[in-house]
Amino acid sequence: MKVVEIKNVHKTYDEKFVPVHAVRGIDLDFEQGEFAAIVGPSGSGKTTLLNMIGGLDQPSEGKILVDETDIGALKSSKLIDFRMRNIGFVFQAYNLIPVLTAKENVEFIMHLQGKSKENRDKRALELLKMVGLGDRVNSRPGKLSGGQQQRVAVARALASKPKFVLADEPTANLDSKSTEILLDIMEELNKNENITFIFSTHDQRVVNKARRVITVEDGKVVSDERK
Amino acid sequence: MIWSLSWKNVWRNRVRSLVVIVAVTLGLFGGIFAAALMQGMTKSRVNEAIKYEVSHIQLHNPEFLENMDMLCAITDVQNKIKQIEALEEIEAVSSRIKQSIMVKTSATGKGVNILGINPEKEKLVGSIYKAIYDSSQVCYKLGIKDAEKIKEFVKDSCGSYFESNKKNQVVIGEELANKLKVKIRSKIILNLQNVDGELISGAFRVVGIFRTSNSKFENSNIFVKYSDLSKLTGFDNNRAHEIAIKLKDGYKAAPVAEKLKKMYPDLNVMTWKEIQPDLGMMTDWMNMMLYVFMIIILLALTFGIINTMLMVVLERVHEIGMLMAIGMNKIRIFGMIMLETVFLSITGGVIGMIISYFAINIFASRGINLQLFSKGLEAMGYQAIMYPSLSFDFYIIITILVIITGILASIYPAIKALKLNPAEAIRME
Repeated sequence: MKVVEIKNVHKTYDEKFVPVHAVRGIDLDFEQGEFAAIVGPSGSGKTTLLNMIGGLDQPSEGKILVDETDIGALKSSKLIDFRMRNIGFVFQAYNLIPVLTAKENVEFIMHLQGKSKENRDKRALELLKMVGLGDRVNSRPGKLSGGQQQRVAVARALASKPKFVLADEPTANLDSKSTEILLDIMEELNKNENITFIFSTHDQRVVNKARRVITVEDGKVVSDERK
Repeated sequence: MIWSLSWKNVWRNRVRSLVVIVAVTLGLFGGIFAAALMQGMTKSRVNEAIKYEVSHIQLHNPEFLENMDMLCAITDVQNKIKQIEALEEIEAVSSRIKQSIMVKTSATGKGVNILGINPEKEKLVGSIYKAIYDSSQVCYKLGIKDAEKIKEFVKDSCGSYFESNKKNQVVIGEELANKLKVKIRSKIILNLQNVDGELISGAFRVVGIFRTSNSKFENSNIFVKYSDLSKLTGFDNNRAHEIAIKLKDGYKAAPVAEKLKKMYPDLNVMTWKEIQPDLGMMTDWMNMMLYVFMIIILLALTFGIINTMLMVVLERVHEIGMLMAIGMNKIRIFGMIMLETVFLSITGGVIGMIISYFAINIFASRGINLQLFSKGLEAMGYQAIMYPSLSFDFYIIITILVIITGILASIYPAIKALKLNPAEAIRME
């Protein structure tokens, strides 16, 4: 089943004198359960592509369908809601809310969805156990290591039962041991729960784990390898 | 959860939040205490005026008010007093003869108002009798602290309120006594007209000197017994120039006055606000000014709060971008920033109001001594010792204003936050 369909997507930033073509005619599909990495040098357009897949940016041309919904056609408020219910995000800098505990950070998105306290509690604890932080539920981000914070971020990304998770350089700020633990957890979730992960990364360790590697250069897909 | 998140966010940078909270606290304390002082002053002035000068309601012959003609009097006074006393709102009623006369001593002379009163009835309506014995301010001013010495001073310098049965006693104000250079037991000559329009004079002995917070009133009013004055002038016992009324509840002056107007359509009935419109205007105007004053203070504080919240938003661009990315809509983001601002304002507001409440209560019983400015204050009718006072509804209105301040201060920073592009915001360092 196709989770994401990218159809002839272009993105141009209108600079005053020199327009910048960040993405030039990319066609890609992602199936349910994929563990894919988008790689490329800085300025290749992978971040722009990821932002468009996540609905954070709009293509200048072309369409992006998420679960058969054209996210480019959605109005701003509907797009925010769509993102909340269908797309999970893991950021490079973890981006946890520092004044909330690990459990509260994971619950937050479920609170935005209007879920009951009982459901929120149950799911948050379940997810934190899955990422190996069952004993740190009441710790604030300031008391967690980088790797632990990123695991909380993964749990948060999964809280809304999204169609897929977008991870933008998730291992960039982690040491090798934390990277290994994080990637193992994500791989396990992918295999056991059939969760789709799409990475944007420079990290070779991520590339090694990925079962599909898409290389982007100058705004175009130059290779798309499945392992 | 947005509420608890907003409250926790206020304390992320404790020092910065405390600076804003202290600013709001001090601003509010200053404003509320000043307002309490002003309201206390006004209340005190009004109470003093009612106690000593005008009472709650006065009745006159309409023609008397134009030229104070002795013959333009209220007739059948005793009957009228009985009818008025029968009304349930009435506490006490007193009738007076009132004239403009000349007072002379060997030193000098002065034009004053003479009031011929029934001392016992007058005690129930006015408080001049207290102003004779209440010499605490004078003793304080002169540094007399010993109880026995105070008693002696009162006896020698303040006199009594028509205690003896002697004829032709007069009670005058301290300002007038000083001007005429008289003291207790001094003789003064009253030059006035009788009912036939003839100029007459009478010698009266000073038995009491009263002291109020209104030096103008002291300077221009003297009190004698009704019987002495009516005998001197030939004035009928069942007539009076003025009927003064004290109510059980001063706030009912207007409706009771309406009642009396219907009972006596041929008489002029006035409440204290109408007798001294400057007092009435001052009361109404003061209430309005207090709120204007507080609004100005809160507006000034608003800019400080806006500045702080702008810093908060700019510091959390990354986080706000993330919140937008994971699905927090604009209304919720606006709400979160607005709540943080309101919590900041309210915290300072509540502390400021608590401190003000206690400070006002402390000084409400002790008073604030402004003896240094007593001459000027008394010339305007104010006491030299001020007792701050504030009605409870003022606190409620200030709470509402503080919340409004928080909401207004949040608008600009919240709009700034909403304009962020999540994709760019997340990437910012």
